Amino acid sequence: MNSDLTCSTLHGYFDRELSAARSAEFKRHLEHCSDCVAELDACHFVRDSLQRSHIYEHAPALLRQRIRADLRTFALTTTSSQLLWWHWLAAVAALLFVAILLGRVGHELHNGDYQAELAGEIVDAHVRSLQPGPLTGIASNDARVVKGWLDEKGTFAVPVHDFANEGFTLKGGRLDVMEGRSVAVLVYERSGHPINVFLWRTREPDTSARTGSRQGFQWVDWRKGKIEFCAVSDADLVDLEKLHQLISSSA
Amino acid sequence: MNDLDAESRLRFEQLVLPHVDAAFNLARWLLRTRADAEDVAQEALLRACRFFRGFHGGDARAWLLQIVRNTCYSWLEKNRPRELMVEFDEELHPQPVATPESIAIADEGRERLTRALETLPPRHREVLVLRELEGCSYKEIAAITSIPIGTVMSSLSRARRQLHSALVNPG
Repeated sequence: MNSDLTCSTLHGYFDRELSAARSAEFKRHLEHCSDCVAELDACHFVRDSLQRSHIYEHAPALLRQRIRADLRTFALTTTSSQLLWWHWLAAVAALLFVAILLGRVGHELHNGDYQAELAGEIVDAHVRSLQPGPLTGIASNDARVVKGWLDEKGTFAVPVHDFANEGFTLKGGRLDVMEGRSVAVLVYERSGHPINVFLWRTREPDTSARTGSRQGFQWVDWRKGKIEFCAVSDADLVDLEKLHQLISSSA
Repeated sequence: MNDLDAESRLRFEQLVLPHVDAAFNLARWLLRTRADAEDVAQEALLRACRFFRGFHGGDARAWLLQIVRNTCYSWLEKNRPRELMVEFDEELHPQPVATPESIAIADEGRERLTRALETLPPRHREVLVLRELEGCSYKEIAAITSIPIGTVMSSLSRARRQLHSALVNPG
């Protein structure tokens, strides 16, 4: 099992943050993985050490007194001279709230039921992949090699194709974790721009492509054959839509 | 208006003041000194007081800890910018398994553990403190630190490995 994936799952399991199904799945994995058993022991050791040594630092009494004194002074100044300041602050807060609300509504209208939070996670994962270090868990432009590697990691049957003839060169694949679940990632390159295509299993019906942008990156999301796809890049949105068509027509 | 303010103050006292320990504990582990932590926690509480009108219910502890964390980072940027430049140690050494001997060594005391915890980069130290000492869920940690849940998990895993390594292989 890929070490990054195991790590996140292992810590999720240790912290009881996994769903019952994923927890049971990881428990089965533990039966034949001595590395994970050892790491789990290490987690228990760290937790026990921290809890047994009583290193939690409680606030000193003097600090509590200082805070209470501040609170009294603050309440006094607020009711007299800073009344106008409060009004001003309240007006700014109200404006900000309306602006955020409008932004949200606009976003939702654009993206249908697509979860804004998930889009954020995917863009974050894309940005992470651009950091120094390998972009891929398996670097190969041979679709069979990449597919073999992903299959070996125990993911679902990921459809892997190289579209070098159409200008999208397959660079490899990797596994990532999003919202606590494992996702497969295919890496393509289009005129020097890396494109990450995130794939995970879904029970939802097929959809056509939905597009959006976030932090300067474009994404195209669609579902086909019980798999959700999300392609992210700083490449042109037209290119992402082209890749979407290529993947959809060959799946 | 006076009534409303008295009401807000009472609400602040009921919702936020019970978390002064959590505020101080986080500040103490981020700044590593009690005296600085007291000053910064006090400043953070004052800020919380100012922003309290913007708090519309929900998790008061996470709301306060987010302010404490931001105040701590601003303080560190101003007074000890170097500490924030510590890179994540990606090249972790292989992890030995905890043995009864190593557990006995850790029993030696809190000073040793304190030193080990203080050697972690601040961004690893904070997730560990929030999870293990404060008992926060991943979702709460993500809200307090403004990082995605996936990153919370990977930071926790690195922090635990680093602390384990420091405890088992001291020096």
